Amino acid sequence: MSRLEGSRRTGRGRGLAFQLALWLSLAVGFLTLGALLVQVFTKGFARVDGKLFTDPPSFDPLIAGARPAIFATLWLMGLVFLFAVPVGIGTAIYLEEYARKDRWYNRLLEVNIQNLAAVPSIVYGILGLAFLVRGLGLGRVVLAGGMILTLLVLPTVIIAAREALRAVPGSIREGAVALGATQWQVVWRQVLPAAVPGIATGSILALSRAIGETAPLIMVGAVTYISFNPSLLGPFTALPIQIYTWTNQPQEEFRVLAAAAIIVLLVILLVMNSFAIVIRNRYQKRW
Amino acid sequence: MATREATAPRAPTLRASRRYVGETLIKAALGLCALVSILTTVGIVVALLEPALEFFKEISILDFLTGTNWAPLFEPAHFGVVPLLVGTLLVTVWACIVCIPFGLGSAIYLSEYARPGTRKVLKPALELLAGIPTVVFGYFALTFVTPLLRDIGLNVEIFNALSAGLVMGVMLIPTVASLSEDAMTAVPQNLRDGAYALGATRLQVATRTVVPAAVSGIVASFVLGISRAVGETMIVLIAAGQQPQLTFDPRVGIETMTAFIAATGAGDVPRGTIEYKTIFAVGITLFAITLVLNMFSIRLVRRFREVYE
Repeated sequence: MSRLEGSRRTGRGRGLAFQLALWLSLAVGFLTLGALLVQVFTKGFARVDGKLFTDPPSFDPLIAGARPAIFATLWLMGLVFLFAVPVGIGTAIYLEEYARKDRWYNRLLEVNIQNLAAVPSIVYGILGLAFLVRGLGLGRVVLAGGMILTLLVLPTVIIAAREALRAVPGSIREGAVALGATQWQVVWRQVLPAAVPGIATGSILALSRAIGETAPLIMVGAVTYISFNPSLLGPFTALPIQIYTWTNQPQEEFRVLAAAAIIVLLVILLVMNSFAIVIRNRYQKRW
Repeated sequence: MATREATAPRAPTLRASRRYVGETLIKAALGLCALVSILTTVGIVVALLEPALEFFKEISILDFLTGTNWAPLFEPAHFGVVPLLVGTLLVTVWACIVCIPFGLGSAIYLSEYARPGTRKVLKPALELLAGIPTVVFGYFALTFVTPLLRDIGLNVEIFNALSAGLVMGVMLIPTVASLSEDAMTAVPQNLRDGAYALGATRLQVATRTVVPAAVSGIVASFVLGISRAVGETMIVLIAAGQQPQLTFDPRVGIETMTAFIAATGAGDVPRGTIEYKTIFAVGITLFAITLVLNMFSIRLVRRFREVYE
């Protein structure tokens, strides 16, 4: 009897210790996130001023801004949205609504997409360097950057869109087919409208991943000194690249500038993510 | 025979065949979209393979894989990839020391301990970590963690593998946690109920019933974490330095495969030179390693999906 009690007491102690360890695990993530935000904001907040948005970068950190980089990031956002969303949704519709799962090529396609989602981003950069910049002869331009970021986030868009399509119940499709709709009419008039909130949320999240990516853009040659606004077929430097180049400078003033640019980037990401969450909460249908 | 069939009267239901053409076109267009991702993979393999093969014509693959001196831009040049592999391994190990226990701990808490309301708040909050761009983590490693390590008495260099590895580990906590949690949530409730009925405590249910039942998914999350660590570029490029030396000392600067590729790709290396080709030789090595890890992870995930869903 006493042994039983004893074991129960140690059991309770162990249970508590275990729960504490679990809390600690979560705390590691949150504390780091907190430290990161505090570090960036205390260092850079005072430097988020008009100059940062209106002036080009400079060798003098006190007058430098990030206007060309911010413009290029907006360009890249637009291009990725333009390319990745239609192709991603098209692929998702093909896989969910048309493809026969027992065919080898469709299974290959699925494994291929899962694998592409985990290919290191720098490898996409190599693809961009070899095919877009050198192979096609596009050069180190905004279009090449947008195309390579598109390929990078395409698997994410596809996976999100597939989940949204899968969440539409089969009875909707069956009802439409029973009324004589063709397969495309079912997809276009019934399934797709019902899946739009899910697809929009997934696409915005994918887009926010794209604008934070740095490594592939380094490979397509965005690490340059640019003082003018970018154009589609002109050289460019994006916001994350600007952060990287400023971080690389040894002077403290450039680190401050990097922190300020990080704040701008984080705010853009926060706005996009909140937008995605609002869409999801407001418009997502529960079946 | 053929002409007779062509002129034979058709049944009226076949009038719909006109619309069928449009449907086929749409299906073909959707198939073309799907083809983009196949072409991406083909493109990656071709882009890497062709210059890499040229590279291995000049430098034997054995020397490349076993050489312990990496100095491609020096005279005389050396092309032994081992220092880059060891650098990558070193950072990955330190990332795993952080992300495996803390990621798994977070997953167990979210899946087995947190109330639904708490979980609904904590899970997206943890995902915020995954949404921070890697360049920001690099900045944080260099300007916060490295000085912090010095303050607590570790004699680290400005660029060191430890700081990069630790920060990368924290970055990967959500990766490990979310996949592990998926696997644990997929464990049927009656396994837990059965264990409780036999008198198990919450701790025993979590560690002896749920974790073993979800082990393939949990291992898959570790493998995915390792693969991400191997392929991560910006943190190591900023915080771990660009000194390809063969060392297991985390306090000094090293160079990883990814950092080498990015640093060399950033410069305007003339096409066709041996320096240009090294990007691809290292790139294909990196791609091969992550491909094996990813396929392993995908297979494990499929296994736990098959068992419980």
